[in-house]
Amino acid sequence: MTLPPTPGQTIGPFFGFALPYARDSALVPPTAPGAIRLHGHVYDGAGDPVPDALVELWQAGQDGVVPQEPGSLHRDGYTFTGWGRAATDRAGHYGFSTVAPGATRDGEAPYLAVTVFARGLLDRLFTRAYLPGDDGALAADPLLASMPPERRHTLVARPDNHGFVFDVRLQGEGETVFLHHERH
Amino acid sequence: MTDTVASSDAAPPTQAQITAEISAIGREGAGSGEPGQQPRLDYPPYRSSLLRHPTQGLHQVDPEGIDLWAPVFGDRDVDPLEADLTVQHRGEPIGERAVVTGRVLDGDGRPVRHQLVEIWQANAGGRYIHQRDQHPAAIDPNFTGVGRCLTDADGWYSFTTIKPGPYPWRNHRNAWRPAHIHFSLFGRELTQRLITQMYFPGDPLFELDPIYQAITDPAARDRLVARYDHDVTQPEWATGYRWDIVLAGGHRTPTEGNGA
Ligand SMILES: [Fe+3]
Repeated sequence: MTLPPTPGQTIGPFFGFALPYARDSALVPPTAPGAIRLHGHVYDGAGDPVPDALVELWQAGQDGVVPQEPGSLHRDGYTFTGWGRAATDRAGHYGFSTVAPGATRDGEAPYLAVTVFARGLLDRLFTRAYLPGDDGALAADPLLASMPPERRHTLVARPDNHGFVFDVRLQGEGETVFLHHERH
Repeated sequence: MTDTVASSDAAPPTQAQITAEISAIGREGAGSGEPGQQPRLDYPPYRSSLLRHPTQGLHQVDPEGIDLWAPVFGDRDVDPLEADLTVQHRGEPIGERAVVTGRVLDGDGRPVRHQLVEIWQANAGGRYIHQRDQHPAAIDPNFTGVGRCLTDADGWYSFTTIKPGPYPWRNHRNAWRPAHIHFSLFGRELTQRLITQMYFPGDPLFELDPIYQAITDPAARDRLVARYDHDVTQPEWATGYRWDIVLAGGHRTPTEGNGA
C-alpha cells in the first residue's frame, strides 16, 4: 500500500510565538567542553537577509553515534539529543551551540543535516553543512563529488573564532545546493 | 480600517489579477503531466516566493547516515495539557470549540508512533499572538493558539482548540487567508519532516488563496482539508474534525541498526 503524501505549506510569518523555545538552539551549552558555534545568515535572491526563517539542525554526536534520546524541548544540559532549531533574528542571523559531529560510517565526511523554513518558502528545504578541516574526506564524499565543483563550497562551513559560519542563500548568486532525497 | 497595503511604487495587484495568475498556472500544470502533489516553490501569485525559492533545481541524493534517522521526543518534552489549547488561561476562549484529531502515517500506512506534533493558529477572530500581526481584530486574553502532543501507539494525535478565523494579509489588495491551523510533524526519518497547514471544509476562500493553490493538483491540495466528523463531535461540548497526515518516505525498517 502506498498512500499519497500530505503536501507541505509555508511556515508563514507567525511561527515566532509557537516554535522557538528556551535553549532551542543549544544542543550543548556554549560552555560545554568541545562546544562549537555554528551560525550564519539566511539570504534571499536579492541578497537581503531573511528575518523570518527557521533553521533546524540534526546531527550525530562527536562519536558518530546518532542520538535517539528525548529531551530536545526541555534540555537538561547533559543529554545530547542531536537536534535543535533557531529562528533568524531581525538581521537574518541564526546560531547554534553544538559539537562537531563524527562520521556515522567509515569514509564519510561528517555533516550536520540542515532544514530551512521561511515565510515565502512554500515547502521546507534540506541541505547539509560539512565542516572544513579534513580535505581528503571532503574530496571523497559522494554527495560533494556528485555536484558541480563550483557549487560544492555552498555546503562547506567556514571557520571563525568560535566555530563555523554556514550561510544559506535561497536564490541567486552562490545559491545553496538544496537536496531532494530519492525515495528508497 | 486604514490602508494597510505596504508602500510600493506600483499599485498592489487585485484579487482578479492574482486569480487570473492562479488559473493560468493551473491550466499549464494540467497539460504538462507534472504531478503538482507538492507546492511549487516558484509560485509568483504568492509574491513572497519570488525571491525565496531556489532556481537551480534540487540535487538528488540517496539518504544516508543521519538522514535515515529522526529526533526522538518523549514525555519529558511534552505535557499532556499542551494538547488542549482551551485551558491555557483562566477563562474560556471565545469561539467555536473544536476537536481536531487524526493519524500520522508513513507512505506504507504504518503509524508514526510517539512522535511530536506541534500546532499554531489564529484565534476565532483571525488574530495571532504575534507582534508582527497587525490585523485589527481582538486579541483573546484566554487564547494563545499554540499546542503540542505526542502521537500514541497507533499514530493518533488529538487537539482541543478553537476554530480559527480567516485573516487578511498583504499579498494583494483584499487578500484573505482561508482559516487554517499550522502543523509541524516529524517522522522516523529526517526526510519526512513536514510543516504544513490544515484547512476546514467548504471554505469559500480556497480558490482565491495563492498559498493553498500553489499545490496545483486539486486532489493533492484537498488532502490538506479536514473533514467534519460527527463521531468526533462531543455532545454539548465541541465540534469534531478528522485529518490524517501521510509523511512521504520513511522506508527504513525498524530492525536496521544504527549506522555507527
Ligand atoms: Fe497562518
